[in-house]
Amino acid sequence: MTHDFSEPLAEDIEPETELENNWRQYLSFSTDHKVIGVQYMVMTFIFFLIGGLLAMLIRAELITPASNVVDRPLYNGLFTLHGTIMIFLWIIPFNAGISNYLVPLMIGARDMAFPLLNAISFWILPPSGILLLSSFLLPNGTAQSGWWSYPPISLQVPPGQPINGEFIWIVSIVLIGISSIMGAVNFVTTIFWMRAPGMTFFRMPVFVWSALSAQLLQLINLPALTGALILLLFDLSFGTQFFKPTENGDPIIYQHLFWFYSHPAVYIMALPAFGIFAEVLPAFARNPLFGYRSLAVASLGIAVVSIFVWVHHMFTSATPGWMRMLFMVTSMLVAVPTGVKAFGWTATIWKSKLHLETPMLFAMGGAAMFLLGGVTGVMLAAVPFDLHVHNTYFIVGHFHYIVFNTITMAIFAAIYFWFPKITGRMYAEGWGKLHFWLTFIGANLTFFPMLPLGLQGMVRRISSYEPRYQGWNVIASLGGFLLGVSILPFIANMVGSLLHGQRAGNNPWLATGLEWTTTSPPPRDNFEVIPVVRRPPYDYGDPKYSVIEPPDYHQAEH
Amino acid sequence: MLRFLEYLLIAGCIAVLLVVSHWIGHLAYFWMPPEATEEAQKVDSLFSFLTSIGAFIILGLVGMMVYSVIFFRAAKNDYSEGHPSRGDFKLEILWTATPTILVLWIAWQGLNIYQQLDVLGLRQIVHLHTPLEEPAYAAASDDKPKPAAETVEVFVKQWDWTFRYPNNVTSHELHLPVNLRTRLNMHAQDVLHSFYVPEFRLQQYIVPGRNIDLVVTPIRTGEYKLKDALFSGTYFALMDANVRVESLEQYNQWLSTAEHEPNTIKNQAVAEYTQPPKTLFKSNWYTVAPAQEAIANERKVMNDT
Repeated sequence: MTHDFSEPLAEDIEPETELENNWRQYLSFSTDHKVIGVQYMVMTFIFFLIGGLLAMLIRAELITPASNVVDRPLYNGLFTLHGTIMIFLWIIPFNAGISNYLVPLMIGARDMAFPLLNAISFWILPPSGILLLSSFLLPNGTAQSGWWSYPPISLQVPPGQPINGEFIWIVSIVLIGISSIMGAVNFVTTIFWMRAPGMTFFRMPVFVWSALSAQLLQLINLPALTGALILLLFDLSFGTQFFKPTENGDPIIYQHLFWFYSHPAVYIMALPAFGIFAEVLPAFARNPLFGYRSLAVASLGIAVVSIFVWVHHMFTSATPGWMRMLFMVTSMLVAVPTGVKAFGWTATIWKSKLHLETPMLFAMGGAAMFLLGGVTGVMLAAVPFDLHVHNTYFIVGHFHYIVFNTITMAIFAAIYFWFPKITGRMYAEGWGKLHFWLTFIGANLTFFPMLPLGLQGMVRRISSYEPRYQGWNVIASLGGFLLGVSILPFIANMVGSLLHGQRAGNNPWLATGLEWTTTSPPPRDNFEVIPVVRRPPYDYGDPKYSVIEPPDYHQAEH
Repeated sequence: MLRFLEYLLIAGCIAVLLVVSHWIGHLAYFWMPPEATEEAQKVDSLFSFLTSIGAFIILGLVGMMVYSVIFFRAAKNDYSEGHPSRGDFKLEILWTATPTILVLWIAWQGLNIYQQLDVLGLRQIVHLHTPLEEPAYAAASDDKPKPAAETVEVFVKQWDWTFRYPNNVTSHELHLPVNLRTRLNMHAQDVLHSFYVPEFRLQQYIVPGRNIDLVVTPIRTGEYKLKDALFSGTYFALMDANVRVESLEQYNQWLSTAEHEPNTIKNQAVAEYTQPPKTLFKSNWYTVAPAQEAIANERKVMNDT
């Protein structure tokens, strides 16, 4: 768009700020929300790479029907840690990171409401993640019962070994959960109380609405998982019998508590992605976001409905008929607000003036693939169909169309979109596009084959399979390796551009939103003068491309 | 006039989309395994219906995106806006009401077919062992056993399926008479397992401490694979058993011969536990030892079923 390298965007001789040069601050206990945001994003990206390596080992095992790459306990540990890392140490904390960076800027605040708490929330994560990974070094390895950790199988641990993989897994996830709850308190307080003058709820960008909705879900639902895991830890280590069926405990109660959080967790992951689409699509379509209010309210709608859908993960868990029917209807209702969002994105693009830069490619690619993830989600809510494909690769395919093809694509869109704001430099467009096409092709090659595999009855979490499933598995594995390769141009681009990228200027995309009105990177207190907001967001019809009044107007008024 | 032509074009596109979606919905039948039960036919018709609707939505919206990418590209350095419209109240009402009606329609179809499956016997019946709770469950409508011509007891344990037939024959293969309602009375001994035969289109968790009934009516003779669909530990991938649907005469004949012949099917988990295969990476992490004997025999001795 505006970062044609033949034309400098800003003066290259502009002196670098102290903030920009001082990389040590990213290793410090900073209370600046922007530093914490970057800390989150970089740390989670490292975990994403680790989770991705585990995924490629899994795909290497599944390229042939026989079990011949890793032995079965190791395979079980690989998929357990892959799922755990990608959910609890990549997507959810990455969203916390990008929200940390953007929310105060987008609402015109100087920082988060509780900066110290914010720093503590972050610094709980690295030791928790390292603790989780350290279980690979235990004599009997990591947890092996999947990221659901269903009892009683999660209680089957090596005898005489109190510190085992499952124990470490529970402690890590409880710590990560505590961090997320502290973060959620901070986000909700910040969005309610720290908005700039004139920033009414219906002048907030949809990204902020999405972050608010996601963090409300964290507050309401996450304690259920934390509670369940503490009870599981008691069963594992202290001889209690909450979930042991042979001792009159009930493992199904664990499933209720687990999914009460872990289904909304999908929306905790997806809502910020939807918010990213709402920021990127209008900027590159040069149109106001179509149906802004509907899309804003739909974020809350998704959050509310998603609290009441958890049993659709348990249709086959000895669940009575009435409960199956009730949760079939509530699960399907999520399609209404998500449908509103998808229609809004499409209408924003319709009759627009499209600029297909890398963030736009990732956003459109992610939005398009969300349709397949969403449609298969409605299919799964239909009980009779779910009874066939439950726990098959159909679910794995559907889930990855959401968590990778939609959310991770949105995360890449966000990184490219706000990279100039965060670093003050532009990324290399050619490398960005190469990254997009490798990712888009790789992601579809990897995850589409899982849908027909599931329909044919290939069960998830198996390390060997019947030869008739091999064809689709080979395609999925090759796609997985391509996805692994696709990350290389991204890393090269980010590192190279950070060191040598062209200076970006304050608003390279001519985007609306308060974050684009301050310097790149923003100063410690975000704005020289707190802005007064007088117009709705996404004002792409305005030649100023800005929703704030100029500072001189603001000063004259006060 | 132009506006009229535009509407006509849109109507034409929708008509084409409807035809294509219907065709894709029809193709969906071929993506499924063979239909071996009456239940499978119902599930496939629901899947076809869902695929048609899904294809219409995906093709419609992705089509609009692709059309936009081709025809709405901005000229270089043109940052003016495309259309100034911030919203259209009527349109937003329409696209909120449409998915609402659509999901209610899908839910109605799901409910309808689920009830038909119930008539056919696809419904679990849970009995708790706990004496205090048993009367309450016994009174629940779900707890009335479905009428079935035959009952087979299913015992599942890490990593072994065992089946006990009316004449006390035990086997590691599930034999079912065709066109006859058979009740599977299922018991798990250690962890959660899940009964799943893809050609039957049904799946049901088996929870230790609960007796779970499932009534199936196979309609197609042949050999199928029973799988454990819920992760059950180290040798989970080996946790399957043969299912043979056969005529009543063949079934009765097998029952009488099995009574006199020992069951010799090799347990793959036990074989692998005693002689692990070569793999590139070896962890040697802890695993539960797989069941060595048929559970049904143990349970007969314990008399706890």
